[in-house]
Amino acid sequence: MSVGQAIPTMVGEPPDDELQQRFLYEMLLIRRFEEKCAEMYTRGKIRGFLHLYTGEEACAVGAINALRDDDKIVTHYRDHGHALARGVEPNRIMAELFARVGGTNEGRGGSMHIFDVSRNFLGGYAIVAGHMPIATGLGLAANLSDEDWAALCIFGDGGVGEGEFHEALNLAAIWKLPVVWFCENNGYGMGVPFDDSLANDVYKIAASYQMPSVRIDGMDVLEVYSATQLALAHVREGNGPYFIEALTYRYRGHSMADPELYRTKAEVEEYRQRDAIQRLKRSMIADGLIDEPTYQALVAQVDAEVDEAVAFADASPEPGLHTLYDHITKEYEGESG
Amino acid sequence: MAIEVVMPQMGADMTEGTLVRWLKNPGDSVARGDVIAEIETDKATVELEAFDAGVLRQVVASEGDVVPVGEVIALLGDADEEMPEVERRAPSEKPNPRAVAAPTADGTGGDLDARRVRVSPVARRIADDAGIDLAEVTGSGPDGRILRRDVEEAIAVRDHHAPAGVPTVEPELPPPPPPPARVEPLSRMRSAIARNMTDAKQQQPHYYLTVDVDMTEAMAFRRHVNLVLHGPQRVSVNDLLVRACAVALASHPKFNASLTDEGIQYHEQMDINIGVALDEGLIAPALLDVAAKPLPQIAEESKALVERARAGKLRAEEYSSGTFTITNLGAYGIDVLVGIINAGQAAILGAGSVTERPAVVEGEIAVRQLMTLALSADHRVTDGAEGARFLKEIQTVLENPTRLSV
Amino acid sequence: MTEMRMRDAIREAMREEMLRDERVFLMGEDIGAYGGSYACTRGLLDEFGPERVRDTPISESGIVGAGVGAALAGFIPMVEIMTINFSLVALDQIVNNASKLHYMSGGQVNVPLVLRMASGGGSQLGATHSHSLEGMFAHFPGLTVVCPAFPGDAKGLLKRSFREPNPVVFIEHTALYGARGEVPDDPDHLVEFGQAATVRSGKDVTLVGYSGSVHQCYRAADMLAEEHGLTADVIDLRTIRPLDMSSVIRSVRRTNRAVVVEDDWKFGGFAGEIAAQIMERAFDWLDAPVARVAGKDVPMPYNRNLEYAALPSEEDVVEAVLSML
Repeated sequence: MSVGQAIPTMVGEPPDDELQQRFLYEMLLIRRFEEKCAEMYTRGKIRGFLHLYTGEEACAVGAINALRDDDKIVTHYRDHGHALARGVEPNRIMAELFARVGGTNEGRGGSMHIFDVSRNFLGGYAIVAGHMPIATGLGLAANLSDEDWAALCIFGDGGVGEGEFHEALNLAAIWKLPVVWFCENNGYGMGVPFDDSLANDVYKIAASYQMPSVRIDGMDVLEVYSATQLALAHVREGNGPYFIEALTYRYRGHSMADPELYRTKAEVEEYRQRDAIQRLKRSMIADGLIDEPTYQALVAQVDAEVDEAVAFADASPEPGLHTLYDHITKEYEGESG
Repeated sequence: MAIEVVMPQMGADMTEGTLVRWLKNPGDSVARGDVIAEIETDKATVELEAFDAGVLRQVVASEGDVVPVGEVIALLGDADEEMPEVERRAPSEKPNPRAVAAPTADGTGGDLDARRVRVSPVARRIADDAGIDLAEVTGSGPDGRILRRDVEEAIAVRDHHAPAGVPTVEPELPPPPPPPARVEPLSRMRSAIARNMTDAKQQQPHYYLTVDVDMTEAMAFRRHVNLVLHGPQRVSVNDLLVRACAVALASHPKFNASLTDEGIQYHEQMDINIGVALDEGLIAPALLDVAAKPLPQIAEESKALVERARAGKLRAEEYSSGTFTITNLGAYGIDVLVGIINAGQAAILGAGSVTERPAVVEGEIAVRQLMTLALSADHRVTDGAEGARFLKEIQTVLENPTRLSV
Repeated sequence: MTEMRMRDAIREAMREEMLRDERVFLMGEDIGAYGGSYACTRGLLDEFGPERVRDTPISESGIVGAGVGAALAGFIPMVEIMTINFSLVALDQIVNNASKLHYMSGGQVNVPLVLRMASGGGSQLGATHSHSLEGMFAHFPGLTVVCPAFPGDAKGLLKRSFREPNPVVFIEHTALYGARGEVPDDPDHLVEFGQAATVRSGKDVTLVGYSGSVHQCYRAADMLAEEHGLTADVIDLRTIRPLDMSSVIRSVRRTNRAVVVEDDWKFGGFAGEIAAQIMERAFDWLDAPVARVAGKDVPMPYNRNLEYAALPSEEDVVEAVLSML
């Protein structure tokens, strides 16, 4: 098995103009949505834990756009960006964060547990690495059903130290399951740098489970997209799982309660200089795909969508107390479903 | 338009924050994302960023202020727009959820435990229902706990010795200090029973006679007729008694009479009251005009009467009339029941259960089915010898059951 | 009806359900060639092949999680966890995922997953291999917990578990695998959840058990009748979530006394739940405090005599009844 840079990560033609427009729009939507979430959190509209995705947009947008509609996704608790990239309506995500009936989960899940089955978005999971064996099971289902859909499992570098990471990768490898493991390595498991957490690089640990494993620039949406396409082609052909470690960075703290004592402002600023949105914008201007006025118009469009999401969420009612016991178990109708 | 800057929520458990330092002064312009102040939570010091652009027009909270989450700490606006008045609310006294009054005693009970009557919940419930004073019941359970069986025994003892519910035997030992007594007002039915029984006992001098009746033949007769009778027409022991009384009363009319100011009033119709025990109390509705009725009809009407009594659907004449009463606790396994006359009537017949007992038959001891009957009669209307002849007639009819046929 | 052992009844239930519904598949440690640690899957590999009877590595969290994933994607997996002791390393999957996904997703997904596991002590396996954790699983909303005591019920309940659209924890007492009993042949015979069985009727006391403790209750009832002239209602709960308290309450209102028996530790155990519900719903019918006969509060010792002392016995049940009178 090849490891790391030896595997080409750019395949075929780069994404066409239309797709690049879409990447730019989705990354901007995620950025402005998350910033609005921060504001709504300080105003007490959003409660509980809130983990924001600003800085990591290229991962969600690049990886998820490589999927087919019938591919299934499970992800971690920093999940708004993934849901938005999969096309889940901002209105319904914001309503979920506001804990309203109009939310994706009818106000029962919250920020860390966004679900949208209609888009094969099978959830954000809030126990680190707890969703990785589920991805293995999805891959198993794909194999048992003789269909060629695949599972994309997104997780953070913090998950690599968990036992479930190793169990899930091992099972997927020995059973040759169509799972793309996508590690968003943002450098910190909460506040602990991953260099202090792991005995080896993430992609090398994964490679020891005998699957192709690559490390890519997670702040370059075009590279993420290409690498994920290659991975999907590999797993669909029955070659077993594929591992991607995307190096990225989150601009905000781990959660809203994070005082960020573990890193300097200079470090954050350094990564902001490599910002994925600005990078794509620059290259698209250079290629003549957009100009500054069209970019500003796109920003205004996204801001309007985000404001509309807040208005929608605010207008959606809270779930009635009589619904407290709804959905504990699915009703038995004589046959399993 | 003025934009309110509020004390931010910076974590799920944050309720208030301290404004450590303003990093912008009133009049400064602020860009979106600029850090404008430092806020201290109980976990850390965090930066407060502006979510909107504008000019910092007014600072409401001063450095060092502790401000609840969501309260306005500053206003942003255009350089020259009119600003609304905002005042800091005075910090309010917060309730301390831990300030719960400490218990004043050690809480284990001490003396109280020693005086407490130990009683199981079911025993307490049955005692309450039956009006048993638990202080007078001795517990036989673990640690002297009064159990269900103890209360049931107490009820049986009371009912056997004191039909009116008044203890007839003085307790030998002084009772322990009574627990706080519970008073339950009498129901209308209970009041009626109390009045009727008191009137009868106080105004009608009773004499009592008992006799053992050999029911062996009568029980065989009953089995025989029930072979050909169906449903509600099937005959009970009580129906046999009603029929026997009807036969005997025909030749002893003084027992189907009442004493009035004018003298003894002989009733033309024979209406026999039957005691029915309901949860709420005793009721004795009347089987009307039984003199000429055959057994199956008595059986059928009697069942319907008891059902109507239980359902509370008696007709007026059924609970207001009556010339003679039969009370029967045979179903409860009682040997002897000595009744109190139904006020105004001349006599009452009490019946115990039919049980196998040794009896002398033609000089031999044999196992026979015996029933003890007790006649309580008003001495102002009849004398003991008349009562004896009447009771003997009932016995004879029952021991020669062909006479039960009409 | 056919007389068979508990393990054969369990195997028959899986076999029939695999024939009935091709979405059903089995996975677990040594369930294939080895035939299962307790021989419950013997022969199934030959009949259904390695895709549907899947041997797994020793990786409990991984295989339970894979079961959850396959269930999310429309399959009906049965994951055998060799013993309940090893379920402790898979608790994240059972508690954080399987039991909650339907609720947390606002009803969007459901997890038709059957988890079978062997439970109970008494075989001198020491403290880590002798747990009885039925009550722990019953603690979690979203899980169904099945604990059969007889082969016939085991078959009907396991078949019913495969039809359930939610996760079922199906717990088998190791001491009962060899127990014989009448088992219905009808492939449509299901035993509904939440319906206790009164396996013996009496009037002096209600004995409540599940799984192995039903048999202790039964033997205690014999001893009470023969040696003390007392008769007992014996109630087999069959599932402890959903819990059929109505049957227990009806009985207690008649007998006025109850003893709850289980192998698990008494402190914080499931018997306490039953006792509390009896107190809440039948307080005025009680003639004695509800008694619990359960495991002693010690890690299970290896020594045979110590282990016997640590487990509840029918003598303990009889003693508890006599102390109420």
